[in-house]
Amino acid sequence: MSAAFTMTGGEVALDGRPILRGVDLAVKDGEFLVVLGANGSGKSTLVRTLLGLVPLSGGSVLLYGTPPGKFRDWGRIGYVPQRLSVGGGVPATVREVVSSGRIARRRRFRRTAAEDRRAVADALDAVGLADRAGYPVQSLSGGQQQRVLIARALAGEPDAFVMDEPTAGVDADSQRLLAGTLAGLRERGKTVVLVAHELGPLEPLITRAIVLREGRIAYDGAPPAAAEAGAGAGGHVHIHAHAHAHTGVLNGWPDVIGSRSAAAEAGATGEA
Amino acid sequence: MSGILQYDFMVLGLVAAVFVGLAAPVVGTFIVQRRLALLGDGIGHVALTGVALGFLTGTAPLVTAIIVAILGAVAIEMVRARGRTSGDVALALLFYGGIAGGVLLIYLSPGQSNSTLTSYLFGSISTVAERDVWVIGGLAAAVLGVVAIFGRELFVLCQDEEVARASGLPVRFLSLLLAVTAALTVVIAMRVVGLLLVSALMVVPVATSQQIMRSFRGTMILATALGVVATVGGLTTAFYIDVPPGSAIVLIALAGFVLSLLIGRFVRRSRTWESTP
Repeated sequence: MSAAFTMTGGEVALDGRPILRGVDLAVKDGEFLVVLGANGSGKSTLVRTLLGLVPLSGGSVLLYGTPPGKFRDWGRIGYVPQRLSVGGGVPATVREVVSSGRIARRRRFRRTAAEDRRAVADALDAVGLADRAGYPVQSLSGGQQQRVLIARALAGEPDAFVMDEPTAGVDADSQRLLAGTLAGLRERGKTVVLVAHELGPLEPLITRAIVLREGRIAYDGAPPAAAEAGAGAGGHVHIHAHAHAHTGVLNGWPDVIGSRSAAAEAGATGEA
Repeated sequence: MSGILQYDFMVLGLVAAVFVGLAAPVVGTFIVQRRLALLGDGIGHVALTGVALGFLTGTAPLVTAIIVAILGAVAIEMVRARGRTSGDVALALLFYGGIAGGVLLIYLSPGQSNSTLTSYLFGSISTVAERDVWVIGGLAAAVLGVVAIFGRELFVLCQDEEVARASGLPVRFLSLLLAVTAALTVVIAMRVVGLLLVSALMVVPVATSQQIMRSFRGTMILATALGVVATVGGLTTAFYIDVPPGSAIVLIALAGFVLSLLIGRFVRRSRTWESTP
């Protein structure tokens, strides 16, 4: 099985401050990887570096075996940024934004083909926003806007998705809907790399979890629920109990849980 | 209206006004979306040095203005792309340098005076020659052509630069293309509304349109229509009641904006009723 994303000895420094310190990570095709860690642990930087959006100060990154600078097959990648940057406030409809996800798959001067329309309609259906297609994105709630961004990535029909905190600040309904969409991707064998603060309803989908701590991978392995032999229903209480019971084995989990509940109490949603 | 068309200079002026009214809001839609509403102002300031260089060297000011405006736009884009914190100060320095340099060079040019300066700062559409109209028309066609060819890419770029990069778009090329297109637009609009008011034609029709429209495409189309109404309406007004055309054009555009605030409020209220489940 080939690797969608490979990072070898990845180091990133922003303004001289080290963010990633020697990260080795290979994400195989069809994996559903969640990246966990406290605020400022480098989660967002890690996934953006995997896409070549942040320059490395050391080490290397490969996208399907090619460095990002030479990679041409961007149609295979779907990136969902942390939030919608609605710059300047020029309105754009949900359909306009979702359609723009086809950009890597379209040829210049070719009019919108039936295939493009179908992909956009499917993406809107998958996130439950088909009835909002003509609405300005700016008029939607935070959770709905996040779903628009996911639909934009879906519309490009990529093989691998990179999602930066798609659940941050999203209401429970949107989270369940998102979990359903992601379950569909997993069934179709898509690769997913997802940064998360909270797992919530996504937990059963995850095949692998890594925990970042101060720019290093502190844990890499089975997700918490699967790691617990014969795990029944997952959940926060469950992780908590698990973490306390096996702190020595699962380095990093207690930190994650501690920071998560602190963040939840503070009402924080994003990461700097 | 028949009176105005008896004068050749007014016909030429009106043709130029239509080109400007079409091109400026189209580029302006992308610029406003990208939070670069003041880019046009910056390029306009720098372009004054270009105009002055034309006078000083005996070259056509339009040509030197194009060259210097493009250089200025590229410089601004490079500062924007690189800088994280000091970007706006660097831009400000460039603006002041552009104006100060322009004023100085025009003063040094033989046979040029404050009236030359004023005609470029605030526009002088009545002195537009036939050759100028051809140049303006050609540049307007180039600007509209860029948007027709690269519109989809520019939309993605202006929505989110990182997503554009992760979609494999040539982000640096597109950013420079947009900056150069804005520079050309500034030079086109320079004769009609003047360098100090150029940016108004790129920004005000878009600001007006976005009060009412819900889509990006719709905003751009309405902004273009509003741009033409403002330039043609302003020039006609100036002809009949003898006021400076540049300010008449911009004030008409601003009046449209105030009107759109009221209409927008009404439209949104009725939409809220519609969409309430």
